[in-house]
Amino acid sequence: MGTHSMKLFKTTILALSIMGLAACSSTGDEDMAAAPAADTSGIDATTAAAQRAEAERLAREREAQQRMEAAALNTTVFYFDFDVSEFMASDRDVLAIHGRNLAANSSKRIRLEGHADERGTREYNLALGERRANSIRDYLVVNGASLSQIETVSYGEERPAATGQTEAAYRLNRRVEIK
Amino acid sequence: MRLLRHIFMLGLLLSSVARAAELNIEITQGVDNPIPIAVVPFSWGGTSALSEDVAGIVSADLQQVGEFRALPPGNMLSMPDEASEVYFRDWRILAQDYLLIGKITHSPGSELVQVQYEFFDVAREQKLVGEVLTGNVNQLRDIAHEISNVVYERVTGTRGAFSTEILYVSAQFISPELTYYRIEKSDYDGHRSQILVESQEPLMSPAWSPDGRQIAYMSFESTLPRIYIQEIATGQRRQITDFPGINSSPVWSPDGTKLAMVLSKDGSPDIYVMDLMSNQLTRLTDHPRAETEPSWTADSRSVLFTSDRTGQPQIYEVSVNGGFPERLTFDCFYCAKGRFLPDGKNLVHVRRDTREDNSYSIAIFNIETQRVITLTDTSLDESPSVAPNGSMIMFATKVNGRGILDAVSIDGRVKFRLPSAQGDVREPSWSPFLN
Repeated sequence: MGTHSMKLFKTTILALSIMGLAACSSTGDEDMAAAPAADTSGIDATTAAAQRAEAERLAREREAQQRMEAAALNTTVFYFDFDVSEFMASDRDVLAIHGRNLAANSSKRIRLEGHADERGTREYNLALGERRANSIRDYLVVNGASLSQIETVSYGEERPAATGQTEAAYRLNRRVEIK
Repeated sequence: MRLLRHIFMLGLLLSSVARAAELNIEITQGVDNPIPIAVVPFSWGGTSALSEDVAGIVSADLQQVGEFRALPPGNMLSMPDEASEVYFRDWRILAQDYLLIGKITHSPGSELVQVQYEFFDVAREQKLVGEVLTGNVNQLRDIAHEISNVVYERVTGTRGAFSTEILYVSAQFISPELTYYRIEKSDYDGHRSQILVESQEPLMSPAWSPDGRQIAYMSFESTLPRIYIQEIATGQRRQITDFPGINSSPVWSPDGTKLAMVLSKDGSPDIYVMDLMSNQLTRLTDHPRAETEPSWTADSRSVLFTSDRTGQPQIYEVSVNGGFPERLTFDCFYCAKGRFLPDGKNLVHVRRDTREDNSYSIAIFNIETQRVITLTDTSLDESPSVAPNGSMIMFATKVNGRGILDAVSIDGRVKFRLPSAQGDVREPSWSPFLN
């Protein structure tokens, strides 16, 4: 568990710095426009103030975006409906961020671990877990990740996240984890 | 002579016995009118107490399969240990159909013991069998099972499976980071369990070679699912697959020449057959959906498998040369893990009838009459494995949240249970005849 959270932490730092760089390059023009305006204070104080406010607003937006993307990259477990191997539509944006993050970091490697709940036969559940992992892998690739960055493995029902014969436990067990 | 040799051979296999998950048998359901049999405690000519109660083991064997009821020794009017002491009237009064007696003595001039037993038909006042079995004192359990085989076959006409063994997987949860997974082997009744494989990564799908000397299984020990073959007596093993994706579900062909398996190296799980002499792979299915859970027909010429190509899992059969698979099950929401009884007509499988009933049972589907008999009433049943004489099916289920092994006769009348003293047990695999 210790090494796992450590790895997550590192990933987050890396992701934050990447997002920071990406944000700088995409908004560089506006930054440059804002900088001289601040230097020529007194020429038009009203304009300068407005520009400063605009720059601050953009910075705040950038921060919000960074926070959002960092949170997305911190989301590493994706849940599935019973007997369904396609990920949930609500996870699409988060997965797209994972995909773009892999595209921007070609040396990064991940492992997608697919799981099923305990109902039904073990070997069929192994197939189901693989199909779930593949559904996420394919979407990461659509978003720019390379196949060579992704290893998929299915544990079927062998490694439940929750125990018990309840729908709540089953829901936690039908999942794909990014590691 | 055959018996003598057989018992010596078994002795070699009883090597290191570790802290395996001990299974304790419970009979949960028997037949309405079991055959009454008196098994008289065997006399013993030695001075130190014996480690095993031979008559007790035989009684337990015969009662476990449900067709017999053993007379409690406290109700017996006499305790003969040889034919000259038998008064049939004593047993007729007690309404016994059969009588088994025996004596255990030191084999002259050796460490061995001799077990002499005699088996009688009470109504006909006739001796049916009389034999002497010789073995080591720690082989008394093997000798007892052998006597059970003889009695069972004489009465029912079916070969007894009391000298068989089972493989199963146990999982012992220590903490969220640590679970011990083990492949264990025990007698069919759960006694004498021993660990064959242990790992902190999941182990799955243990399978016997047809000669009972090797096992195949899938292990995640490399962090990826790969297939291994291991010799039971020596523990020597080799990894036999390393393909991308799933490598799972190894099953020996009955003729011992091939191993069916599931590989997803070409995009999705499909059924393959590996020739064990040449290591050559033949692909039996080619479909973008999941094909899994292979099992062989008795003639080694076809393979049953599960596929969800129509949406939900159903059972199919394909020739070992490939070709178009034939679908066998239709009338169920989920039919999986099919395997034929020795008759080749009755298909044992895991069945969920409708989406709504949400219960997985062990059932038998007769492919000729299309009749379905559901054998179990627990709801998370899986991994059915048939005894080599076709009389019983062992399977895994959950009771009070614990994984246990259950057995049911193929007519559903008899049930016994093998709960583990610790952890979860699952995926039983019944051995071929070993004697």
